[in-house]
Amino acid sequence: MRIELVKRPQHSALFSAVSPFIALGLTVIAGAIMFSLLGKNPVDALYYYFIDPLRETWSLHELAVKAAPLILIGVGLSVCYLSNNWNIGAEGQFIIGAVAGSILPIVFPDFQFWFVLPLMLVMGIAGGAAYGAIPALLKVRFNTNEILSSLMLVYVAQLFLDWLVRGPWRNPEGYNFPETRNFHDYAVLPEIWSASGRAHWGFVFALVVAVAVWFVMARTLKGFEVKVIGQSPRAGRFAGFSHGRMVFFAFMLAGGLAGLAGISEVSGAIGQLRPSISPGYGFTAIIVAFLGRLNPLGIVAAGLVLALSYLGGEAAQISIGVSDKVARAFQGMLLFFVLASDTLIHYRIRITSGRARAAGGRAQAAPAGEVPHGHA
Amino acid sequence: MTKTLTTLAAAAALTALGASGAAAQDATKACYIYVGPIGDFGWSYQHHQGLLEVEEAMGDDVETAYLESVPEGADAERAIERFARSGCDIVFTTSFGFMDATNKVAGKFPDVKFEHATGYKREHPNVATYNSRFYEGRYVQGVIAAKLSEAGVAGYIASFPIPEVVRGINSFMLGAQSVNPDFKVKVVWANTWFDPGKEADAAKALVDQGVDIITQHTDSTAPMQVAAERGIKAFGQASDMIEFGPDTQLTSIVDDWGPYYIERVKAVHEGTWEQHDVWAGMAEGHVVMAPYTNMPDDVKQMAEEVEAKIKSGEFHPFTGPVNKQDGSAWLAEGDTASDEELLGMNFYVEGVDDKLPN
Repeated sequence: MRIELVKRPQHSALFSAVSPFIALGLTVIAGAIMFSLLGKNPVDALYYYFIDPLRETWSLHELAVKAAPLILIGVGLSVCYLSNNWNIGAEGQFIIGAVAGSILPIVFPDFQFWFVLPLMLVMGIAGGAAYGAIPALLKVRFNTNEILSSLMLVYVAQLFLDWLVRGPWRNPEGYNFPETRNFHDYAVLPEIWSASGRAHWGFVFALVVAVAVWFVMARTLKGFEVKVIGQSPRAGRFAGFSHGRMVFFAFMLAGGLAGLAGISEVSGAIGQLRPSISPGYGFTAIIVAFLGRLNPLGIVAAGLVLALSYLGGEAAQISIGVSDKVARAFQGMLLFFVLASDTLIHYRIRITSGRARAAGGRAQAAPAGEVPHGHA
Repeated sequence: MTKTLTTLAAAAALTALGASGAAAQDATKACYIYVGPIGDFGWSYQHHQGLLEVEEAMGDDVETAYLESVPEGADAERAIERFARSGCDIVFTTSFGFMDATNKVAGKFPDVKFEHATGYKREHPNVATYNSRFYEGRYVQGVIAAKLSEAGVAGYIASFPIPEVVRGINSFMLGAQSVNPDFKVKVVWANTWFDPGKEADAAKALVDQGVDIITQHTDSTAPMQVAAERGIKAFGQASDMIEFGPDTQLTSIVDDWGPYYIERVKAVHEGTWEQHDVWAGMAEGHVVMAPYTNMPDDVKQMAEEVEAKIKSGEFHPFTGPVNKQDGSAWLAEGDTASDEELLGMNFYVEGVDDKLPN
């Protein structure tokens, strides 16, 4: 017997809908096995993973705090990836956005008015967009590979932030520790509903941006342009779309949104700049973008799921004493099954009998038509 | 108030004596947040050893929980708040970067006690801070290094140029100079607390530059292993790393948090906990030197003497005359540095062959 993957002529609507549930089911089964092998009660473990973080209001707030940057960055990246621009540097754009947005409260701490916060947000977006424009410029002008240039600019941004907080922006009253002064009250992004938790307006930005980008992509000419250029640059040229301008558009949009995420995180959740302000949001958001199938609304869901897996991992660590590594392995399993189940959308599984096996050699060599993509 | 406390203490004593049945109090829940993995064999590992000692010492009177590899920043606040909400009576946050998050959460949960390691902010009455005078051990290491090194140069793998680390380098330098005034220290900034690959690279680079003793202010065992491969000597960090270099480790500064953690968790259990700021060293048993190994007896004896002098308070590692790196006078003959100066230290003493990255 052999199992083959056969490409479907069209992607399956049925499996588009059920594949996340198949993935969830497989994750639960595999997770239960893993937890049992570790000597933990699998029902408890799964409960702490998926249900416990959703039980309390404060925890829902935390979910929003964690998901906001992932969604904001992921939505921007989806436009990049759909237009065939492989921006891997959102982490750097996030950092530069945070730095640019922090200029007012750190360099001019006495400048305290209500419009400081809006200015900070604008500067954060501008900073991220400008930083995103660098790999775009290199790609358009010198045909530089944007994967490398955008990735390496992440390290530049990280070291720049590091230098700032240890050097010129270091808190003068902070015993020389590497962090800036705390933001004053006018520079703090308010909490949405502070009586019940600390979720800040960054989450609202994320939702608004997701809906707006979804609208642009699904309903406007610009969205069409993005997809045409992404799928077939040549067709895009015939349609009169400028490839170079699209590169700038995608990178600056993604950079701007990453910058907005950065300044929201710093001003809403951290309250100062420190040597490290992101636990890798810019990279995790790449997973979020693909998990959400590059659809802004899907990305909202994916961002929430990923945020939940972080919170669940913590809850499981505390409540049943599994290690941090197990929590991460479980997170990895979840992602693996989600991406693997998505295969079913484009391929169907064919189980061939023993006789077909004899002809297996030829089937593998078959060039056209239903090309087998795997073997047992 | 005092009366209540006495009663409580008496009750606790009774329970401890085994007055069965009358469980006077519920178990106290002590919770720990670590910045690294508990398997780093350095900083977080030692805090976790402290947790285990608390469990052993208090038995059924204590319940513990911990979170490892918690990033500093927005995640820290959530982790601390989760502990505060999940019934912890005392939460230890064991990295400098958790300072603001600790204070923020403490404001929201006045009934929970918070203890922040290595910080200086105590914005609420339920926040205490604690740290250890590791520089005392560094001085002893400096003495040993200068005694043993044939090259007259030691390599120093440093993490970040914060006062804690700069203070350690200076103390090591002063210890070495007390034996050999011309002793040199080569500093490499790894810019990480825990990254075995980077730390190993730094160690190799130092060996290639001719140092024959390595000391580190990063948390992995990689430098010790490199030193062992290259046949030179090294000092361990935070824990006793003798397993990783049986013929290599001279000694190690062991962070012994156990006694402090037992004292503080007991205080919560008995209702006697009060806010404080503790900076304890060898005298209190917070800084312990691992056995002096792989050195001749006279060096060992000298190290033990210096250790004893620091422990008894007879000698302070930062005792004048000491000049700053640029040659300007800092401490006059016989003066010692104040804690304030030590806590904010951002300059080298004379003789350190490095420019402080700023």
